[in-house]
Amino acid sequence: MPWLSTLMAVPVLGAVGVSLVKNDKLAKQVALAVSLVVLALTVVMATRFDPSSAERFQFAEVHQWIPRFGVHYGVGVDGIALVLIALSALLVPIVILASWHDADGTGAAAPPKRSVRTYFALLLVLEAMMIGVFAATDVFLFYVFFEAMLIPMYFMIGSYGGVQRSYAAVKFLLYSLFGGLLMLVAVIALYVVAEKNTFMFPELIGAIQDPGTQKWLFLGFFIAFAVKAPLWPFHTWLPDAAAQAPAGAAVLLVGVLDKVGTYGMLRFCLELFPEASKFFTPLVIVLAVVGIVYGAIVAIGQTDMKRLIAYTSISHFGFIALGVFAMTKDAGAGATLYMVNHGFSTGALFLIAGFLIYRRGSSRIADYGGVQKVSPVLAGSFLIAGLSGLSLPGLSTFVSEFMVLMGSYERYKVAAIIAASGVVLAAIYILWMYQRTMNGPTAESVKGFTDLNARERWVVGPLVALLIVFGFFPKPMLDVINPAVDKTLSSVHVTPFTPAVAEKKGAGQ
Amino acid sequence: MNGTIQAPTIEYALLSPMLIVFGAAIIGVLIEAFAPRYLRKSIHMPLTLLALLGAFATTILGGVNGLPTSASAMGAVAVDGPALFVWGIILILAFVSVLLINDDEQFVAQAAAVPGSSDEEEAVRSGYAQTEVYPLLLFAVGGMLLFSSANDLLAMFVGLEVMSLPLYLLCGLARRRRLLSQEASVKYFLLGAFSSAFFLYGMALVYGYTGTVSLKGIGDALGVVSGQETLLLIGTAMLGVGLLFKIGAAPFQAWKPDVYQGAPTAVTALMASTVLVAAFGAVLRVFWVALGGLEWNWQPVMWGIAILTMIVGAILAITQTDIKRMLAYSSVAHAGFLLTGVIATGAAAQNAKALSAILFYLAAYGFTTVGAFAVVTMVRDAGGEAGHLSRWAGLGKRSPFLAGVFAFFLLAFAGIPLTSGFFGKYAVFAAAVSGGAVPLVVVGVVSSAIAAFFYVRVIVLMFFNDPAADGPSIAVPTVGTSAVVALAAAATVVLGVFPQPVLDLADQAASALFIR
Repeated sequence: MPWLSTLMAVPVLGAVGVSLVKNDKLAKQVALAVSLVVLALTVVMATRFDPSSAERFQFAEVHQWIPRFGVHYGVGVDGIALVLIALSALLVPIVILASWHDADGTGAAAPPKRSVRTYFALLLVLEAMMIGVFAATDVFLFYVFFEAMLIPMYFMIGSYGGVQRSYAAVKFLLYSLFGGLLMLVAVIALYVVAEKNTFMFPELIGAIQDPGTQKWLFLGFFIAFAVKAPLWPFHTWLPDAAAQAPAGAAVLLVGVLDKVGTYGMLRFCLELFPEASKFFTPLVIVLAVVGIVYGAIVAIGQTDMKRLIAYTSISHFGFIALGVFAMTKDAGAGATLYMVNHGFSTGALFLIAGFLIYRRGSSRIADYGGVQKVSPVLAGSFLIAGLSGLSLPGLSTFVSEFMVLMGSYERYKVAAIIAASGVVLAAIYILWMYQRTMNGPTAESVKGFTDLNARERWVVGPLVALLIVFGFFPKPMLDVINPAVDKTLSSVHVTPFTPAVAEKKGAGQ
Repeated sequence: MNGTIQAPTIEYALLSPMLIVFGAAIIGVLIEAFAPRYLRKSIHMPLTLLALLGAFATTILGGVNGLPTSASAMGAVAVDGPALFVWGIILILAFVSVLLINDDEQFVAQAAAVPGSSDEEEAVRSGYAQTEVYPLLLFAVGGMLLFSSANDLLAMFVGLEVMSLPLYLLCGLARRRRLLSQEASVKYFLLGAFSSAFFLYGMALVYGYTGTVSLKGIGDALGVVSGQETLLLIGTAMLGVGLLFKIGAAPFQAWKPDVYQGAPTAVTALMASTVLVAAFGAVLRVFWVALGGLEWNWQPVMWGIAILTMIVGAILAITQTDIKRMLAYSSVAHAGFLLTGVIATGAAAQNAKALSAILFYLAAYGFTTVGAFAVVTMVRDAGGEAGHLSRWAGLGKRSPFLAGVFAFFLLAFAGIPLTSGFFGKYAVFAAAVSGGAVPLVVVGVVSSAIAAFFYVRVIVLMFFNDPAADGPSIAVPTVGTSAVVALAAAATVVLGVFPQPVLDLADQAASALFIR
């Protein structure tokens, strides 16, 4: 069975179905059902995945698409791609459930009513593209998804976002497009220089030998990914986009779309241009560390919840990039795990912030206070999500952050030490935000708040559960990730420093 | 000399597309002269469409029958792979444009009447409808066919004029905003006449150097004749000016926005798509076939022009407030992208690759352009089309489908993957990279990013802004117009998802390059 094609086809067909349904309520239900089907399929596929297989990309499908350009429809997953696809498939139904009223103009801060069907159809199209971008084993196909997925997100921000939505949407699109176009030059040059007449990723590994060429091509890819991730100093679009996007779209933007950047660094930059990656590692590490500290400090100063969460993500993306470019087993596996955990953690934060904003109609922190007295469950889940943002031991984010720090300490001691300060700063921005919004006397405007209703609990529950479960027992995920990271690093020809002892660390909590 | 005159041999079968179009044009003139007024349109319309279809069919037949290895009509016309491909595109696009023209609303009742005069009122009152549009269009299309396939400079000049003169007239026929339309017509005529003069003088100088006007002869002579290179270089530059004017490359782009804005939109659609195609056919012939040996001299200049064209087109488009002017500057930028392909010369295989890329790009761009202008004809105010961008605000709410299609065309212009524009751009950029023009491609993507800004700005206007209170109405499209939009959208999707068949066709057409 062509698992990956099915995973992409189902949401696309679902999107067509949703846009044809005349009734808004039915459209939402159809969208939710479709996304649950995708999730179920993903789970079944994941159980059939064999981490110890010698075959690198499983469930592989390769068909000619445009022979003239050497382009294939090539999909397949290794451990890294699998967990990211699972992350996407999991977040989409949660986001659909959370966005139930985002588009229909109810709620205190809602923009004027827009087409509900379009919103959910866009979500499903985006899901197909997210799966496609992680599954692509053809560099050109990856590029096509990489660029095409901007369009649904652009319309989601621009049509359904906050007051400055069109500014944010255009900024988001132009930044990403610019990075993407630089990557296009590198993609073309990769094909021309490699002279393999194919874009299939496995065949392109090791095809570029000349160090000078490698460096230029690396830069083309890396800048695109650094804009996407985003790394400091390419980050300025993210706070605007995330703050203006509806909460659900923000989750997918920060939780999944941005991961394409760090995933691209790990998969394409390291493996296609190993020498150049090593050459540029000091630069990237500096950018990553600056981003960790800068994102955290700026987050402390934010007065808007969504912007604050966006800046924390910039800090976290610094950790992921640090882990990727440290090129040790622990750091690599940690970075991959971080991508998934960050999706859960930030997803939960954005969604709960979205519930708050839905109730109060403002995203300013100053407009809240003492929410925990009126909505204890909301406040409690916000606290857990927040604590996962500061990597509290016992929550899954701790495992990944610890692995990244430890793995990079092996090679880059100074960088790891400075990066560790990000953990301390995280405690400040999260706890201070929690304190200002949830504790203290109950603000007048907050008094009428209801607690989370059943739908909202179904949104938050799974995320919190996953954060806790993988905090205590990350082994299943690491089992999938580790062999894939090993293979990646072995084609970069980095001698591993220590054997992976990650399982112990995770379980040792 | 034995006193008898040899009759020239003419390959009628090969040349039949051109002959059919010219023949129909002449019949059209006779219809204007003899058919009663009320019947004219119903005769013209099928005649024009049939002629274009017939010409297209014979073009395909020419391709199926195998290509000749030498030039036809005593060396005046080269019916080779690229020529047939270009003819095919021109004929389809012209066919599509005729469907758009079949809408009385757009054309003035009587071209000769002074705007606002009693003559004009009289003409409107008596229900005159313009029908000379059809023969004029056929002449223009015939000229394009000759222009893009001419194998000597004289024939090329004849083609250039036969193509241009009817277009000058067609530009002045807009029913609304007569003054703008006539101004466009006069500007186009004056500047076009200048450029023709440049071309003619360049031709004379090149003739002075090589002693021949045949492209092959010029190419052969380059290696043989020595001395007086100045003559050749000035001649080359002047030929270049004449040709670059037609494609609207900077710094010869000034006419495009005015003419595109003033001309009736259906005519703009025709010009924006087919003239570009024909002119690129001619540019390639002159620079690759005749002046291929002079590559080292014209390439650096062409680099500069390509860079300037891309940047000028992209940046000036940002400041535009009229949709047609914006599309005009966008077409300037696209001409620049195409020029990167013209520069990407090298060995024969590389040339074939670049040529095929250009051919594919022209096909992709032509369809999207016609579609975009077809949408423009449908968005109307009381005084005609709503050209000003502010009038387009909120169109996405009022007619989501139309705005969606237009947004799709704009994304194709911007070169977003899964649209035809992406593969067109990819193909020429790939050819340029393998031809060693990496810096040019970097400039190309940077200006694509700038260009994306103004395409996206229109999408923002249509979808994210609230509609104006007294916004334009959407004309109920005629069958023709809807067919045009549907066809263009379909072509944009198909070429964006399954470009392989057309790429194969372009490859096949380009594989043998130009015959000499």
